[in-house]
Amino acid sequence: MTTTASPRLPDLLPGDGSAGAPGGARRFAMPATFLVFGLVDILLGARSHGSATLSFTPQFAKVTIPNLTIPADGTCYLCGALTLLLAVAALLPAVAPRAVPSLGNRLWRRVAIGVVLFLFVIALLAWSDVSQSSSGSEAIPINIVNLLSGSLNQSIPIMLGAITGVICSRSGVINIAIEGQLLLGAFCAAIATSATGSLWVGLVCGALAGSLVGSLLAVFAIAYIVDQVVLGVVLNGLILGLTGYLYNSILVPYGDTLNSPATFNLWKIPGLGDIPILGPVFFDSTVFLYITYIVLAFVSFALFRTRWGLRTRAIGEHPVAADTVGIQVLALRYRNVILAGLIAGIGGAYFTIGSVGSFGINMSSGEGYIALAAMIFGRYTPWGAVLAALLFGFTTQLQSILSSINVPIQSNLLLLTPYVVTIIVVAGLVGKVRGPKAEGVPYVKS
Amino acid sequence: MQLELQGITKRFGSLVANDGISLSVTPGQVHALLGENGAGKTTLMNVLYGLLQPDEGEIHIDGKAASFHSPKDAIGAGIGMVHQHFMLVPPFTVAENVTLGIEQVRPGGLLDAGRTRREVRDLSHRYGMDVEPDAIVEDLPVGIQQRVEIVKALVRNASVLVLDEPTAVLTPGETQELFRIIRQLRAGGTSIIFISHKLKEVQEIADTITVLRRGKVVGERKPPATEADLAALMVGRDVQLRVTKAPATPGDLVLSVDSLVVPAAVSSVHGTPATASTQAPVNGLSFDVRAGEILGIAGVQGNGQTELCEALMGLLPVAAGSVSLNGKDLTNATPRARLDAGIAYVPEDRREDGLVGSFSVAENLVLNSYDRKPFARGITLNLSTIAANAMARIKEFDVRTESPAAPAGSLSGGNQQKVILARELGEGTKLLIASQPTRGLDVGSIEFVHKRIVEQRDQGVAVLIVSSELDEIYALADRIAVIYEGKITGFRPPDVDAAELGRLMAGGTDLPNTSPPEDAVSEWEAQ
Repeated sequence: MTTTASPRLPDLLPGDGSAGAPGGARRFAMPATFLVFGLVDILLGARSHGSATLSFTPQFAKVTIPNLTIPADGTCYLCGALTLLLAVAALLPAVAPRAVPSLGNRLWRRVAIGVVLFLFVIALLAWSDVSQSSSGSEAIPINIVNLLSGSLNQSIPIMLGAITGVICSRSGVINIAIEGQLLLGAFCAAIATSATGSLWVGLVCGALAGSLVGSLLAVFAIAYIVDQVVLGVVLNGLILGLTGYLYNSILVPYGDTLNSPATFNLWKIPGLGDIPILGPVFFDSTVFLYITYIVLAFVSFALFRTRWGLRTRAIGEHPVAADTVGIQVLALRYRNVILAGLIAGIGGAYFTIGSVGSFGINMSSGEGYIALAAMIFGRYTPWGAVLAALLFGFTTQLQSILSSINVPIQSNLLLLTPYVVTIIVVAGLVGKVRGPKAEGVPYVKS
Repeated sequence: MQLELQGITKRFGSLVANDGISLSVTPGQVHALLGENGAGKTTLMNVLYGLLQPDEGEIHIDGKAASFHSPKDAIGAGIGMVHQHFMLVPPFTVAENVTLGIEQVRPGGLLDAGRTRREVRDLSHRYGMDVEPDAIVEDLPVGIQQRVEIVKALVRNASVLVLDEPTAVLTPGETQELFRIIRQLRAGGTSIIFISHKLKEVQEIADTITVLRRGKVVGERKPPATEADLAALMVGRDVQLRVTKAPATPGDLVLSVDSLVVPAAVSSVHGTPATASTQAPVNGLSFDVRAGEILGIAGVQGNGQTELCEALMGLLPVAAGSVSLNGKDLTNATPRARLDAGIAYVPEDRREDGLVGSFSVAENLVLNSYDRKPFARGITLNLSTIAANAMARIKEFDVRTESPAAPAGSLSGGNQQKVILARELGEGTKLLIASQPTRGLDVGSIEFVHKRIVEQRDQGVAVLIVSSELDEIYALADRIAVIYEGKITGFRPPDVDAAELGRLMAGGTDLPNTSPPEDAVSEWEAQ
């Protein structure tokens, strides 16, 4: 009989490299992606001639900030070079695990991906400004403030929808019906505002409409134990059909009285709104953006610092445990799903009384599903969900600005950008997401 | 607090789970509730905890009738319960779990985290439980999680604490720690209701033992009661606690494992990649098993046993070393090839890995042979043969099931294990690997499983038993190997002293040429 003390074989073991680095072929994913971005930056440089101008002054602003003029090719080359440097740095831990300290590996990875994307956007902007084919006239400078504030406002329905999703999921109910909540919110806000002439009544009606969808979701998911994914999709289809029918049968013939709501005016916050660049981006918008700030602050605080939040997270993770300590699981789920609907309803109202000024069929156009994705990519936290929503809003806005100045890229390709960027960022930054354990699992007392 | 249960009856349809049970728990006592699985222990405690309403009978607290419609009522009356499956929210901190439902709040519903933290520290200090309030529960070992449950009950001012099968998930060391805490609680005036089917533990910790069988109280004993007496009460007949077996007659070498290394899984549960410090769970391990002998691998849970078994079955990749069966190399063979080579496998987690719970008993009985004759005919299943096989096997192995068509998941643990054995122990078995074969089973089923395993050995099968229960190792093994941190720390004969095994289990090195002291061996034999 033998007791073998064979030497440890650490070098054979996968995952035994630098702490926190992914193992196998995946560890080359990041350097390879960086390399591609670096080469694209340089390619953009080679195709750019002249100077790019970036503007930081919003339209009609009293105080102007001088435009920034940069050599387009040089900027692109610089961005490309920096990106390639990062690619090399990213390669080091993959090939020589012990050569580099594993200091804050995960943090460094996130920062690096952020920097690479930022450099890419700068290079892209520089290139597009000199490449625009605006019929021979002088090139229009790209307005950074418009880009950013557009992103922010465009994201409002997604941000609010995602926060609704976070509350529902954390309570243990999957809310696929965010799309329906947005759409019905938009519809009801338009009608209520047109009929009463009051924007605030419209806002409240939009919120209530979202909550109504939430109530349906709650009743069928909690009391009748309908599969929540099926239920959500069905609700979305129902609302799409219903609003479409009502649009054709009521809003088209009586458009003047029922579908011509006013929209909220921009309201600049005194003081904060005057800060250069930041002011016009963050503090000069409609009430919807300010509501979003308040909801975000309130929900993220309440979810992690209050009794309500603790109980909500408990019923989403382990409802039986919550029940045995006297928490009324079903009642709390009802309350949360119905109240969270208010938030998505407000997000929907933004479409009609915050931006467009009239209802159109399917005007939420899938943003509720994007909100759902943002919620997951944001790791089921309000901040994460909002940041994911903003990323999507930013790329969408970038895409629309680029196509409006006629850069020589096929518009269909440009339309892809938001999705491509989202996938890259999610793969690199987010990794594996673990949702609430009891999400989508009905609680039935035995 | 004086707690009385009077004539509690609880029926589920035609099944009488509790039949007129009366029980009296005096303050500052450990009252054990002993019974086989399905004897009605857990039902009775669920009645006491307000999870179930009794059909007849009353609960009296300090002489006054009380009725509990929900756990909240029971908690309010000073009853605390530590469930077999912990009622803890895994991603929450200890403090969050303790405070859940009775949150300390400042105005506006704001959590007062500081106060909860202090309470957890105070209580855990007072009863010698080392619980850190800010630790995340899912990162804690099971033993500590159990303490969190106890703290949770104490924070709610429990004066009667119900522990449902508390040792089922614990290592021997953790069990001793738990007993120390129980004694401390008892000294502080708390009554403990200790539910178990393990005779040794009940004898060690209880002041009074009430034995339940088929929903009735069949006897009450004080601790000096003998194991045989208690076992007979529990099962309703005399039970052989020790398998009688003839000395082994080892034959040819069957299984040979040489310097086996099984690396850590690449991704861990929490999605965090393995770190540089991650050690291989099986780290250069060698042993042999011969035909007609039982090698028992003893060790504290989590020292590589699970990974060893899965690697032997081809369920985990091997980084180095070799495995061979009857001289044939199987190191990188597929699980199918191993089954074909004659390996039978009884996995550690029978519900997860041993059965398909939603499949019928009959289907589970052919999981390893459904695709060949006589169970398959071309591309179709031969359902009548499968049914006939099921009837025969159910009879042979005394599987208690309503019908062969019942889902395997609905069977009791003991009967599930019988289904697995019935499937695995067929003709042509050369090696039986059984991991924790009797974990969670009652005395009667343990007896059955052990008998079958010894039977296999006597028929010339090489048997590898992996168990963290020393009793089981002693009952079965012809030779004992001790595993620690993925290595064998020593081989010992079956008459080795338990203290020596404990030393090896804690990582003590093998001392070649030193046999265990004579008196230790004889002391063990005297027991």
